[in-house]
Amino acid sequence: MSKTATPETHPVSESHSHEEHHGPTVKMYFAIFFALAILTVVTVLAAMFDFAPMMGKEMGGFVNNLVALGIACTKAALVILFFMHVKYESKLVGLAVVASVIWLAFLILITISDYATRTSDWHLFG
Amino acid sequence: MSKLAASLQHHFADFKQQKESVVLGMWSFLVQEVMFFGGLFATYVVYRSQYPDAFHEGAMQLNSVLGGVNTIVLICSSLTMAMSVHAASKGNRGAIAFWLVLTIIFGSIFLGVKVVEYKDKFDHGFIPGISDHGLFTNHETHQPRPTGFALYFALYFAMTGLHAIHMIIGIPILAIIAINGLRGKYGPEYYTPVEMTGLYWHFVDIVWIFLFPLLYLIGAH
Amino acid sequence: MSTPNHTSVHTEEANYLTNETTIQSWLLTKDHKRIALLYLLSVTLFFTVGGLFASLVRIELLTPAGDFMSSEMYNQAFTSHGVMMIFFFLIPAVPAVLGNFLIPLMVGAKDLAFPKINLASWYIFMVGASLAVFAVLTGGLDTGWTLYPPYSSTYSQSRVALAVAGVFVAGFASILTGVNFIATIHRMRAPGLTWFRLPLFVWAHYATSLVMVLGTPVIAITMVLLFLERVFGFGFFDPAKGGDPVLFQHLFWFYSHPAVYIMILPAMGVISEIISTFSRQKLFGYSFVAMSSLAIAILGFLVWGHHMFTTSQSAYTGILFSALTFLVAIPSAIKAFNWTATLYKGSVSWETPMLFAFGFMGLFLIGGLTGLFLATMGMDIHLQDTYFVVSHFHYVMVGGGVMGYMGGIHFWWPKITGRMYSNFWSKLSALFIFAGFNFTFFPQFILGYMGMPRRYHSYPEEWQVLNVMSTLGASILAIGYLLPAIYLTHSLFLGKKAPANPWGATGLEWKTASPPPPHNFHETPIVTTEAYDYQSLPLSETPEKSHV
Repeated sequence: MSKTATPETHPVSESHSHEEHHGPTVKMYFAIFFALAILTVVTVLAAMFDFAPMMGKEMGGFVNNLVALGIACTKAALVILFFMHVKYESKLVGLAVVASVIWLAFLILITISDYATRTSDWHLFG
Repeated sequence: MSKLAASLQHHFADFKQQKESVVLGMWSFLVQEVMFFGGLFATYVVYRSQYPDAFHEGAMQLNSVLGGVNTIVLICSSLTMAMSVHAASKGNRGAIAFWLVLTIIFGSIFLGVKVVEYKDKFDHGFIPGISDHGLFTNHETHQPRPTGFALYFALYFAMTGLHAIHMIIGIPILAIIAINGLRGKYGPEYYTPVEMTGLYWHFVDIVWIFLFPLLYLIGAH
Repeated sequence: MSTPNHTSVHTEEANYLTNETTIQSWLLTKDHKRIALLYLLSVTLFFTVGGLFASLVRIELLTPAGDFMSSEMYNQAFTSHGVMMIFFFLIPAVPAVLGNFLIPLMVGAKDLAFPKINLASWYIFMVGASLAVFAVLTGGLDTGWTLYPPYSSTYSQSRVALAVAGVFVAGFASILTGVNFIATIHRMRAPGLTWFRLPLFVWAHYATSLVMVLGTPVIAITMVLLFLERVFGFGFFDPAKGGDPVLFQHLFWFYSHPAVYIMILPAMGVISEIISTFSRQKLFGYSFVAMSSLAIAILGFLVWGHHMFTTSQSAYTGILFSALTFLVAIPSAIKAFNWTATLYKGSVSWETPMLFAFGFMGLFLIGGLTGLFLATMGMDIHLQDTYFVVSHFHYVMVGGGVMGYMGGIHFWWPKITGRMYSNFWSKLSALFIFAGFNFTFFPQFILGYMGMPRRYHSYPEEWQVLNVMSTLGASILAIGYLLPAIYLTHSLFLGKKAPANPWGATGLEWKTASPPPPHNFHETPIVTTEAYDYQSLPLSETPEKSHV
């Protein structure tokens, strides 16, 4: 069977993983839950609110979108950091989360750049 | 061999290596899930930017309050899932199963509400290819629906459908883990399967956290 | 630990091939080495099927008239060739055969992190492949391997839905392989084996695994969308419903471009091992080569629109993609320079794997450079959808990818099977492949530049000479691929028994018996040297003299 690795021979683990018992307490889990529930109520109410009279239709729509996505990202962050323990995990796990967001951004932003910059008056040679 | 020793697979040097490998493997899987749903989100961004009014009209056919309640139901299921992982870390057999059963119940309520919503779409003819008489003509005003209305519902069913499939796959897994928990398979030294199931379930919750505002709330006013 | 001259002492001890011999022990194995062989059988089968379709194409193109097949049949021939070769040969070949076999050995582990998932990946792969083969045989597929709507979604009468399901399923095999490799490489390295002591083969597969995990799900969802489009008329790509066929192309190529890096990065990893071994020198610029694999994996995700310059994609986005495509050529070039520098003042020997490696370097160079022609938007307007593109990608995928695969098979064959193969026949086959390949594909650059479009079964008379030359080349190439089937099979039964380290190579896989014991090592190795440290090899592990 395998030789027992000694501290001198075992390679430095890149994840000095915290004890399994480190993590949110039960109180914290419930606190996060309440935060998520409240944020859900807030996002529904904000979506029902019409910002257009205040700032015009386009700006109003933009603010609605911003608020909705902002709240969604906040909720997702709470789930990721606490329910999924990422706050207490190795940096590698955090990198995986960040990488997936970046790659999703590549897909969406570059694709949308095509649609956003198609002009009907493009001429190849002048 | 003790139950604990049996849960260390032979190709790993020790529990620490096994746990770290499984955690990294599961997160790699979740990364691919992000990109899997990501293709649908990209499609949504493209078509919503092209047909904002049609998407607004599509979203108005949905009930945002019902969707909001369903969102909270799913958040409850995430809480109970986290509690069951916590119970597993303490080796509390009964509590593991209790919290997982609650998770299954909340998940089932969510799916039940979706069935109600889908039935409503079926009746209105908003389901492409299956019941689509309402996708191109507004039956009340007899006016044509704007271009993009059909695409909104195509996306609605593709995105919520894929999400629902993930939940349908998850629920039996929750049940198996609950049964294993009752049998005493998990304790402070080894409760990785419960944690990994939790990661999957939370991921599915996060997808809904984005689907809800993108599909429902754009029609809220 | 066995030495080169004492193999017979160890024949009584069970190796991974002899420890169990029932069918069940193969079909339900969790041993990564056996799973690698299951994959070897599968990919060889699909390579053969894909090759048969290629033969149909080349036979048709012997004459200018479309007289061998109808255009509909021809559409099926080139589509099936592409689908078989790309999804069921090139993508799995090096990673699932060589990667599966070698990565645990190279990192000093007993197996991959998830052996059961490894086995599952083979079954998933076979289910996907079976669906696709079934589609091809019952009604066929005629959309091109690229499956573009609206033809694939609306007008084609062929088995699109079934084929698309097959590709979807097979993609998950790729994803699971990537997950397994990532966890293994990060967490299961032997004591002392730090990242920068890893063989470059491992770095290459790590980078490949990132691409597999980040890219494959996007083609999976694209196949779902196409399925929904075709079966339920969802309308994502249908202008009548507000959809855009070009969106399919964005989603399709977001994966399919990085997919080519899934095909080439592992082959490049093989080349690094071969060049180093047969120059008997540490690979020049090790960290540059390692980092370049990661750079290719990352940058490779940002260039997909270079497949879409002529499809009404915004020209501004096109400019971005063109610039990034030029950028992604740089890390590949860095590798080529480092391989070359490794040869300098090395003790170079011309064993068969080295012949394949040299073939790779020349052919990949041509393939890579012609990619730059295509990356230039202005030139691409002329060259897109011509044989220039066909030739470019065959140079990189076959001249690069397949040469790398063949080189790897020949390099590690003694380790995998415990047998040596014929030097004469293997070198002859390498030469046939190199010559046959160039005769097949170089004329296609010229044809393409002159304007011959791809995917047409007939062409103007004045292009016949070059087409005949290409078909002749393909026949030579076919012989080159047939020969290994014969002499490698022969070696299994009658080949000389291989020592643990016939090539005098470095790396943990060479420190265990050929073939390895079921759990790879009798004791967990402890690594104390850098990679490619030929100085520290015992004198008994110098390469064996060439033998016939």
